[in-house]
Amino acid sequence: MAARTGEERAHYKRYAEWLANQPPAELAQKRAEADALFHRVGITFAVYGQEEGTERLIPFDIVPRVLPSDEWLRLETGLKQRVRALNAFIHDIYHDQEILKSGIVPAEQVLCNPQYRPEMQGIDVPGGIYAHIAGIDIVRDDAGEFRVLEDNLRVPSGVSYMLENRKMMMRLFPELFSSHRIAPVDHYPDVLLENLRSVAPTGVVDPSVAVLTPGANNSAYFEHAFLAQQMGVELVEGQDLFVRDESVFMRTTQGPQRVDVIYRRIDDDFLDPLAFRPDSMLGVPGLLAAYRAGRITIANAIGTGVADDKSIYPFVPEMIRFYLGQTPIVANVHTWQLRRKVDLDYVLAHLPELVVKEVHGAGGYGMLIGPASTKAEIEDFRKQIIATPERYIAQPTLALSTCPTFAEKGLAPRHIDLRPFVLSGRDITIVPGGLTRVALREGSLIVNSSQGGGTKDTWVLES
Amino acid sequence: MLSRTADHLYWMSRYIERAESLARLVDAHYRMSLLPHSVDALEASLRSTMVALRVDHAYNKKRDKITPRAVFDFLTIDKEFSGSILNCLRSARENARAVRGSLTSELWETLNATWLEARSMTARRANATDTGQFVEWVKERSHLTRGVTIGTMLRDEAFYFTRIGAFLERGDSTARLLTAHQDDLKPGADAGEVPDPFEWSVLLRALSAFEIYRRVYRNVITPIKVAEMLILRDDIPRSLLRCSKEVYGNLKSVSNDQSQETERRAGEIHAHLHFGRMEDITRDGISAFLAQYLDRLSDLGNRISSDFLVPVGA
Repeated sequence: MAARTGEERAHYKRYAEWLANQPPAELAQKRAEADALFHRVGITFAVYGQEEGTERLIPFDIVPRVLPSDEWLRLETGLKQRVRALNAFIHDIYHDQEILKSGIVPAEQVLCNPQYRPEMQGIDVPGGIYAHIAGIDIVRDDAGEFRVLEDNLRVPSGVSYMLENRKMMMRLFPELFSSHRIAPVDHYPDVLLENLRSVAPTGVVDPSVAVLTPGANNSAYFEHAFLAQQMGVELVEGQDLFVRDESVFMRTTQGPQRVDVIYRRIDDDFLDPLAFRPDSMLGVPGLLAAYRAGRITIANAIGTGVADDKSIYPFVPEMIRFYLGQTPIVANVHTWQLRRKVDLDYVLAHLPELVVKEVHGAGGYGMLIGPASTKAEIEDFRKQIIATPERYIAQPTLALSTCPTFAEKGLAPRHIDLRPFVLSGRDITIVPGGLTRVALREGSLIVNSSQGGGTKDTWVLES
Repeated sequence: MLSRTADHLYWMSRYIERAESLARLVDAHYRMSLLPHSVDALEASLRSTMVALRVDHAYNKKRDKITPRAVFDFLTIDKEFSGSILNCLRSARENARAVRGSLTSELWETLNATWLEARSMTARRANATDTGQFVEWVKERSHLTRGVTIGTMLRDEAFYFTRIGAFLERGDSTARLLTAHQDDLKPGADAGEVPDPFEWSVLLRALSAFEIYRRVYRNVITPIKVAEMLILRDDIPRSLLRCSKEVYGNLKSVSNDQSQETERRAGEIHAHLHFGRMEDITRDGISAFLAQYLDRLSDLGNRISSDFLVPVGA
């Protein structure tokens, strides 16, 4: 909210004035109200490894994150460009592999990647779209420019919080919505459904869509149920589906019913016990065969993980040039690839100032944040890096922009990031804004909900 | 509709109905425990009720003696007893959570809030007077759930399966309550007045039928009249006839290719009650009649499961 000079940025001005006039007791009451409502509505996530029925709230902060329309417009254009290139990349590596032949991306980094699925080689998917739903994590750098921190192309989650946070803000502070022109987000489920229907197998007239969930014990179950309900489609588990003659059916009270599009929220490994992990109880035997026969669309497609890997990430700007012939609009965060000798040497010499991440890590685990680590921790990590440098990348510690947030002692700045959700169907659509995640611990840079992160409503102001 | 969804909806409403039936029972006994009345009679009534509900073994495993307070706690808030009201509310909520997308948000929030509040009420329950408040509250939440179901849900399969579950459970509960009093219903016992007016008023109160009985019969309470009312009258919301009629009607609305025999049996149960006469029922013995009814109900439950909820094979 504050520029480096300490002044409020223009688009926050009106909100800051309003906030200054709110009695603290009233704000505290609104926060309590928000918690009670989230509990009652059951917007919770299951906590793994704890007593059955343990559900927690993701902390919600009542101070919104505000983006002016011109900044958003540029970001939106950049994200569409990026996702278009990523889809082209996935299509390419499962077909002619031009980008590997041209030497832009090293072939072994793709073909030896555990996320590369040889089963997908030569398969045509409707519209050539693989990442139907992409969550692109965005941060600001020291100069205030947006940069992409990470692409999430497998089963990105969090969009239900984006929608519920908005509903909550409108319920708590209706007056703010009449005094600001805030771009709406609640059409997301409609766009999602339309996109999913648009990628149904060819020849299907009135496609039937289902959301595939691992079940009520999954940490993101609320979101699965929420999206199915909002789209008005069935929420299915693996046991509800079966494959016959390479078509997929649901078991219903009126007998088998065909499914044409599956929005899956389970990982590749668990989709089909006949093709992937044989011990998976979550999947549907024969699903891959039906998929390969073109009788069912799976969103996101199988094998997208190869494109959101941290070892592939540094090549995305090159993909944009290669497939689209365009200059990347939103840049990457500078990344050292430790499998390269020069990068490795540099990183080992600068460990205390850098962030080092495991290539396949996720959720804020398996990483070293140099400035926040002790000497011993750094030395420990150094040994791990030297043992298997190809498993790591490094990035500069970003200042990450901050936003005022309610902490124990009142409003204080906390670090934030942003995950817009990019939907690809006939067109590419982004609902204005996205999910703002906030690191609630002072000084912390980790915004993941599994590690003490919270969320905020995200406002894109219309001009 | 997914078979699994129908299964969850069916059990969701069975559990809510079961919680309400238990609450009614405990409520009636609890009120009686406040009157200057023989403790023996109260304990005897609690014993026969637990036998009829088939929870006596679970109780005996935990306690050697029947005391009103211990039974009340066992039936209402016992965390380890899977059939306690607390666990019924939890199961109802877990089933609802598994299919929350098929419920209206009002219904889901009602069930979720009920469970959250039951949990915190149980945690802070300290003294005996709370039993009355707790069961009163459970009844209110069940009424609310029913109202929200009827008032907000689309009249489609989801609705019909919740109704089937609720009325099967309710019919089962009424029949078991009558079974608990079968000693008074033996042939030849019909002439006199109530052998123990205390027990029979407990029964009527548990079924919200005390005032109704007076209105309908304008007479003293006799076991046979009570049984007639609770078995054969179509206008009593918790009677066997009423419940069977609802089950049959809702079952016809969800009919599928393999359910003809199940529908026929539901119709048969209904017709049996609809055209039944008290003289015929008492001649063969009310106990035998009730036992047969419970068997048929359980058969119907199994058939509904295999026809709709757990379809065999692909």
